[in-house]
Amino acid sequence: MKVLTKPYGEMEIAEAQRIRFPRGLFGFEDLRDFALLDAAQQPFYWLQSMERVEVAFVLIDPLFFRPDYSPDVDPGELEEIGVTRGEDRLVFAIVTIPENSSLMTANLQGPLILNRRTREGRQSISSNPRWGVRHVILDELSRSKQGASC
Amino acid sequence: MLILARRIGESIMIGDQVELTVVDIKGDQVKLGINAPSQVKVYRREVYAAIQEENRAAASAAPQTLPSLQGLMGRNPPAAPGGISPAGKPPAPPAAPGGTSPKKDPPAR
Repeated sequence: MKVLTKPYGEMEIAEAQRIRFPRGLFGFEDLRDFALLDAAQQPFYWLQSMERVEVAFVLIDPLFFRPDYSPDVDPGELEEIGVTRGEDRLVFAIVTIPENSSLMTANLQGPLILNRRTREGRQSISSNPRWGVRHVILDELSRSKQGASC
Repeated sequence: MLILARRIGESIMIGDQVELTVVDIKGDQVKLGINAPSQVKVYRREVYAAIQEENRAAASAAPQTLPSLQGLMGRNPPAAPGGISPAGKPPAPPAAPGGTSPKKDPPAR
């Protein structure tokens, strides 16, 4: 189906790229239907609202810059979107890009959990106090590299 | 707003499943105990508000501000640990989103 996207204008979206958030996202509770797109810039993705074109989130796999990341969300929340097996679960962090894009941050406290089988998702709140809403991605990347070289 | 006065050890019920107990009071800090079914989410309000606010800030990003990490770092970033995208996936052109893993999955039967 053709969908108007914020980053790329009108484009063809496959059914398999559609993700439903039955409860929306925090602050966007009224938006339920999204499409997951590859961004032209790796390793990012776009989560495009199919209901409001101006709402689109940049996503990243948190393991990309925090190999030790675990979302630590309530199992009940996973069950809510039918995630009973680890392999069904996809985890993304929402990226915020400030004016100076090298300071872009990822929200590890409010991860997006997707069920890749049913294509349902929800935003959870991590119970782990280590994770905040603004982790500077480049800082984390250089830190994890240092850690790896030790 | 309903306002109730409670002493240490006293509770209020919210509905018939959520019980809120005043556990301790020290100076201007009150310790609350909450008994609720697991599907009732309990958060500190500021955590919830911070995530809401961060989502709003994230949603308003202009697409042209999205940099590539390679560009920012001036070298190749480490390969993404497995999980969301097939290994060796080339960067997808914007007009042909192809590599997101939900798409790669066989349809649920």
